[in-house]
Amino acid sequence: MSLSRKTAVAGVYEHPTRFAPDKSLFQIMAESVRGALDDAGLTIKDVNGLCTTGIGMSGMGIVGFCDYLNLTPNFVDSTSIGGSSFVAHTAHAAAAIHAGLCDVCVVVYGSTAASSRFAIGTGGAGGMMSGDPCDQYEQPFGPTTVGAYAMIAQRHMHDYGTTSEQLAEVAVTMRLHASMNPVAKYREPITVQDVLASRIISSPLHLLDCCIISDGGGALVITSAERARDLKKKPVYILGAGETVRHAARGKRDFLEIAAAQSGRLALERAGVAHKDIDMAMIYDSFTITVLATLENLGFCKRGEGGAFVSGGRLRYDGDFPINTDGGGLSSNHPGMRGIFLVIEAAKQLRGECGPRQVKDCKIALAHGTGGALGTRHSGATLILSNQ
Amino acid sequence: MAEQTQAKKYAKPLPHLDEESRPWWEALQRHELYIQKCRECGDTRYYPRALCTNCMSANTEWVKCSGRGKVYTFTATYQNQTPGFRESLPYIMAYVELDEGVKMLTNLVDCAPEQVKIDMPVEVVYEDVTPEVTLAKFRPAR
Repeated sequence: MSLSRKTAVAGVYEHPTRFAPDKSLFQIMAESVRGALDDAGLTIKDVNGLCTTGIGMSGMGIVGFCDYLNLTPNFVDSTSIGGSSFVAHTAHAAAAIHAGLCDVCVVVYGSTAASSRFAIGTGGAGGMMSGDPCDQYEQPFGPTTVGAYAMIAQRHMHDYGTTSEQLAEVAVTMRLHASMNPVAKYREPITVQDVLASRIISSPLHLLDCCIISDGGGALVITSAERARDLKKKPVYILGAGETVRHAARGKRDFLEIAAAQSGRLALERAGVAHKDIDMAMIYDSFTITVLATLENLGFCKRGEGGAFVSGGRLRYDGDFPINTDGGGLSSNHPGMRGIFLVIEAAKQLRGECGPRQVKDCKIALAHGTGGALGTRHSGATLILSNQ
Repeated sequence: MAEQTQAKKYAKPLPHLDEESRPWWEALQRHELYIQKCRECGDTRYYPRALCTNCMSANTEWVKCSGRGKVYTFTATYQNQTPGFRESLPYIMAYVELDEGVKMLTNLVDCAPEQVKIDMPVEVVYEDVTPEVTLAKFRPAR
């Protein structure tokens, strides 16, 4: 049973805030839901499905948020697999709508990570301290989120001669895109030398190889393709999706093979789309190495060739393979988890709403979220979207 | 006096032992490192767990390790807000691939970050951090 083009993203909204000490978590989320519904031309009375999770809420936070909105949906999904969750939620919402479990499903995320001063990347509690039994074999040795990704970068450099300059190219391109996004958090252009001159957080990753910490939120409205065609905005059809996890594999993992290899293959197969058909991609950029490893594993270049692939401006909005045109998590918005923004910017590109950073003739986009840490355990979720 | 005791207290996160993991941690207290091997299918595994991840058999033997291996990858961490670690920066975290064929997350000690190389031979050192907990760390092989 193919889901291709049966459902669509009918509304999107990225909250413009990057620092909101005056707002509660649920307020940012509710404002995001309202924004996405306005974008679609729907109201909260139309919503009968809800997907959310987050770092600032409990495991049952979705029930609390339904309480806040006075919502009693027919479908709820709080799949919590890290920053990729919202890419997975989008696919789950599409499947639920196609199966008749609900008609209009909102996917929402919000966080006050910056104003709450979470040490997401460099504290134990941010992402690495899960409370799960596997923690006991890792926590005593000081893993941070940055450190767990840094070990992937170190191995990649060893095996393939990848350089810090090549990783820095990713950060430089994201900053260029942020300079064209009025709501991006950091908009001053940077150079490769700036990245290399920034302090080492966890070798070989520098400060500017790491994503920023912001407050923020965003929401999506998912409905059937048929209904979406009658709404305010041009539908962005969901063509295919895939998701999976990777971990230490009982101590035997090849750590440069990541979840994207499996989720990407599934999403492309299910969408009936080839690599050459992808006009732009939103690639979770928690760190510069995340982008490089993800592009290799999605199959846009061969393993080991990521360093050369990300260089020479290829990833720019006007390059051969544009990614993260909003400025990414490296420069625009990373409130703890970023998956929702991947889908939002991809949809805006497909609707042709990106102004100076618009990718020309953008018909098919790929969004890939990574959750957790490539160096310990992580999830990957891939989505293929199209305006046709 | 109370303050002095406080200052000496081991501040880094300690493992939360459970009944499933206790034999492994108790072996470390004796300065012995083990991995598990399935008696049904022969598959080896780390970290320790009750069931084989290949065939789900609970028939498990403990295999004593030589304590030797090589660095699979590593990072020197210069920023970590976690109590205990924020006072001991930089420190080196690594995956060590044991001669027995599994990778373990650990710390490298007795060497500077710039001395570490991937594939470098290392050997285990047992660090008794509390009366109940011993950690298996690694240093350049001698």
